[in-house]
Amino acid sequence: MKFSYFPGCSLKGLGRAYEESLLPVMKHLGVELVELDDWNCCGATAYMAVDEAKACVLAARNLALVERSGLNQVLAPCAACYLVLNKTKHYFHDYPSMKQTMDRALGAVGLRYRGDTPVRHPLDVLLNDVGLDAIRQRVVRPLKGLKVATYYGCQIVRPYATFDDPYNPTTMDRLIEALGATVVRYPLKTKCCGGSLTGTVPKAGIRMVYILLNEARKRGADCLATVCPLCQFNLDAYHAQVKAAYGPVTLPTVYFTQLMGLAFGLPERELGLQRAAIRFQWRPAVPAAPVPSPVPA
Amino acid sequence: MVSSSQEVRIGFYVCHCGHNIASMVDCPEVARYVETLPGVVLSRDYKYMCSDPGQELVQQDIREFALNRVVVASCSPLLHEHTFRKATAAGGLNPFFFHMVNIREHDSWVHTDRAEATAKAKALARAAIRRVAHHRPLEVKQVPIHPDVLVVGGGIAGIHAALTLANAGRKVTLVEREPTIGGHMAKFDKTFPTLDCAACILTPKMSEVGAHENITLWTCSDVVKMDGYVGNYTVTVRRRPRYIDEELCTGCQECISNCVYKEPKFVDEFNEGLGKRKPIYIPFPQSTPQVVLIDPEVCLNFKRGVLTDRCKKTCVEACGDRKAITFTQREEIRELQVGTIIVATGFQTFDVKRAPQYGYGSFPNVYTALEAERLVNASGPTGGEVILRDGTQPKAIGIIHCVGSRDKKTNRWCSRVCCMYSMKLAHLLKEHSGAEIYNFYIDIRAPGKSYEEFYDKLNEEGVHFIRGRVGEVTDWAMTPEEEGKLIIRVEDTLAGFVRRIPVNMVVLSAGLEPQADAQEVRRLFNMSCGTEGFFLERHPKLAPVNTFTDGIFIAGCCQGPRDIPDTVAQAGAAAAEALVLIDRGHVEQEPNTAYILPDCSGCKSCLPLCPYTAITFDATTHRAVINEALCKGCGTCVGSCPSGSIGQNLFEDEEVFSEIEGVLSE
Amino acid sequence: MSTSSTETPPAGPPAAERLPQETAQTPAPKRSGPEPKIRIHRTIKYESDRTPGFGRDLMRVPGCEQLERCIQCGTCSGVCPLSIYMDHTPRQVMALTRGDFKREVLHSHTIWLCASCYACTVECPQEIRITDIMYELKQRAIHEGVYPRKFPIPVLAHEFNAMVRQNGRITEMVLVIRLFLKTSWLAALGNWRLGIDLLRTGRFSLRPERIRNRGDIARMFDAIDGSKGGSA
Repeated sequence: MKFSYFPGCSLKGLGRAYEESLLPVMKHLGVELVELDDWNCCGATAYMAVDEAKACVLAARNLALVERSGLNQVLAPCAACYLVLNKTKHYFHDYPSMKQTMDRALGAVGLRYRGDTPVRHPLDVLLNDVGLDAIRQRVVRPLKGLKVATYYGCQIVRPYATFDDPYNPTTMDRLIEALGATVVRYPLKTKCCGGSLTGTVPKAGIRMVYILLNEARKRGADCLATVCPLCQFNLDAYHAQVKAAYGPVTLPTVYFTQLMGLAFGLPERELGLQRAAIRFQWRPAVPAAPVPSPVPA
Repeated sequence: MVSSSQEVRIGFYVCHCGHNIASMVDCPEVARYVETLPGVVLSRDYKYMCSDPGQELVQQDIREFALNRVVVASCSPLLHEHTFRKATAAGGLNPFFFHMVNIREHDSWVHTDRAEATAKAKALARAAIRRVAHHRPLEVKQVPIHPDVLVVGGGIAGIHAALTLANAGRKVTLVEREPTIGGHMAKFDKTFPTLDCAACILTPKMSEVGAHENITLWTCSDVVKMDGYVGNYTVTVRRRPRYIDEELCTGCQECISNCVYKEPKFVDEFNEGLGKRKPIYIPFPQSTPQVVLIDPEVCLNFKRGVLTDRCKKTCVEACGDRKAITFTQREEIRELQVGTIIVATGFQTFDVKRAPQYGYGSFPNVYTALEAERLVNASGPTGGEVILRDGTQPKAIGIIHCVGSRDKKTNRWCSRVCCMYSMKLAHLLKEHSGAEIYNFYIDIRAPGKSYEEFYDKLNEEGVHFIRGRVGEVTDWAMTPEEEGKLIIRVEDTLAGFVRRIPVNMVVLSAGLEPQADAQEVRRLFNMSCGTEGFFLERHPKLAPVNTFTDGIFIAGCCQGPRDIPDTVAQAGAAAAEALVLIDRGHVEQEPNTAYILPDCSGCKSCLPLCPYTAITFDATTHRAVINEALCKGCGTCVGSCPSGSIGQNLFEDEEVFSEIEGVLSE
Repeated sequence: MSTSSTETPPAGPPAAERLPQETAQTPAPKRSGPEPKIRIHRTIKYESDRTPGFGRDLMRVPGCEQLERCIQCGTCSGVCPLSIYMDHTPRQVMALTRGDFKREVLHSHTIWLCASCYACTVECPQEIRITDIMYELKQRAIHEGVYPRKFPIPVLAHEFNAMVRQNGRITEMVLVIRLFLKTSWLAALGNWRLGIDLLRTGRFSLRPERIRNRGDIARMFDAIDGSKGGSA
């Protein structure tokens, strides 16, 4: 199993713990990720606000690079990248004028986008390509007793997700359960984390973070598991502001890949857990079984 | 009468149809052009050919100019072919010397360039002129109508249609797939806007059906096959076993109280699963027929539907000498001869689980409207008390309109009745529980008689109306007063801000949609469906209960969502349309049928191709034979005959070929 | 009905939407002193207040076509997590846009509060892509320069734009610092703890991320700007 890997800016910056945990976990499962050579910013949501055509052109360059690389699928772990790349693909097929714009821009740098590379999210690949059975076989430190609120956020299930239900997504739930943990009922699993509003309109953004943390705590969760670098950042980094406005609510937020790494018995230090402001700590009741060697790629 | 060998003298008329045609087609120009064609004696354009003066004109011209062919270029033959054939006949010609050209639906309505549309009208006219020269005189055949009627579906529509026909002295067979007639209406508590009790007005009609000497009632039955043609349909019905002899059962229900199950244990369909029943049961007290039935899926004497004889059969003991319980009853296949059929198969309600944002199935206190009907019904599972699934009584209730209506992701149409039934439920729930009631609506649609007044009444009763489609129903509280409740998040669009409203109970006003098997029923009765899946009427305004198959009528919600008054009116109309055919005693048949020529080689290849099984093989003459009454003129056999030995009236080779040449020539 | 008091603060969110803590922090409006003066402004709209064609024009943009179908049901506002702070609810923005009230729409801070979570787009019964319409409105507001001054979101968008054009990638910390410099020094100071947290956890990196073919981005943008007369 081999994918072109599009990290996006966040996974090299604030969300580097996501990459740090994703890469060893995928390797452990025999999924080979080849970082896309010379990738650029996906176009991201903020860019769409300035000029949608340019945002699509940015995304199209990446998709064209994937097609040139000879790999036929691209993995985009960041929810915003996942959305923008998919949206661009849709626009390429749905609107002749957008296709023309993309063709012209790519032509200027000697690239061509055909429009057929599937854009995949790690959850999709883990559930549908790797499979829960293969994941279960790798679990040496079951997360027994750990109560997790699975938080999908917006952009992997809306509006383009094809691999899960936009109202009640369950892929991460099933994955976390396969690791031995318990998933708590969390009705806010697809609600917005506030995006960039935490920085730009803190009154609104901090409130949204507070609601998400508080509800997860009320439901008895030990941590929130997320699939998006921005969600992780918002839920992790603003505890002080939440405390100042609403009182203390302390709850760690981890990437689902970090939980997988823990369950697979990979060294904690290599999963980026130390990068969180609210440190997630997990001491299993059962001693770990020996870690098997990774699946050969 | 003119024979086809005579000199051809054609009269041509192009109709303006007001602006419908004239705005896109230069009618005088078309008339001038056609006048130059061979065989055309006169050519006119006229504002409304279908008007009396227009028809008069055709008749006069036939006499004055000794015309022997008539061509009218106007609207669809579906609309006025009959009109002009009649005018042609009144002028003294065989009506089949007339031919019609459609330059409205096929031309002016679908084009935007006047020059091109005019050229197309000329081409179509030219084709007709060439074709009509080959027309031959034909005779219309009369087919007798069998006086008996089949009504399919025993809801209020089927009940009313059956009673109307039976009271007019016709023999009716009413086929219903459930164990009782009554349909959805039997489940309702009261009816809007008058608030009269649904059972009080429905059950007398149900008993009348059960007792009527002219009605044969078959419940637990499905129509499985229909053959034949208008006036002469053969219908095959499957009667499923109810394990009770309907003739012997007196409806005393002693068997039910003596069943080995002391307590009701199984899902009660009639109460929407809110109550329980036994394996031997009667759906509700006024069921018609008043006959119990056994559910072989749960009865101890069966295992997975197969008879095992392992139960003590206390029911049989209780039945005693009446001997009505027959565990050995089998499915029966019965055949019926009828002349006309009324299809009144009703609707199903939208599955509210398809709108997951409203939490049905996740939150026990979210109800469908039909469940709420049973909750407020005195003979329902709670005796009319509003007691929720968690045993509590609600202090605040939210009713969400348009669930599965006006939504492109599910059903895009307005279901017409939900506003009114939601208001009725609001009234009843308030009356039964004293709770605060909130209605969440997109638009209030109350256009029936006394409906707006009912809306007024609800406002006066203090029911809250919030204009806004609910975003979601959740259970995550943000304030102390929301804890433990269901929270409705909605924009109050008239006030212009978003609200969160905590309630104890949510009612989802599910929309109406076609029955799950509507497509099968459509094929069974040779009908059409609209895009949304409801049966299609022949004309939305002028033939609302007719279908495209003669002798088959539709009534009630199988044609589209409607309320009880409209359903009853439509059922009456369907019955009247059936009576028209029955009382006339015969129908005239279009003579466009196929016929076998003497040089038929008897290869039989046409036999399996005929969709109407109109062709048989005569072993003595060694030729195929076509039953004219069954032939629909589809032409399949004509086109497929390897020796070219099948002809077809009105579609003779020379007629069709000259028409094609006419279109293609300049 | 069209009056607003100058001294009474605008009505807060309805009680049920208010968090308990917010309730506690919101001071009660002062009722002492002389009766507040009523300052009025007209709310009636004349045809001259409209910009005919604004709505139609917007509906020609890819993704915005379905706006003409809007039935004003309010589902978008009902599911929008930010609608509680908006001056016009998303539904009202749809009505104003379709009604050609360009000024009201482009000056509304609703478009800047949209966090692009796509809840409205997924839930809309008329399949209107409301999020995409919000994007388009933001673009138009930026293009016309009518966004609120020092409002961080358009500034963020601009900074983002400049950085991508130059480097092809985003270095998040650099972006954040530039944003604070251009909007509010105070806010930056207020977030000192956040900065320290990021430093402590190894996430505070100012090393610029760049692509190898740095000219590519500018060349691609020039190729499309040249052909469509440069918007933005």
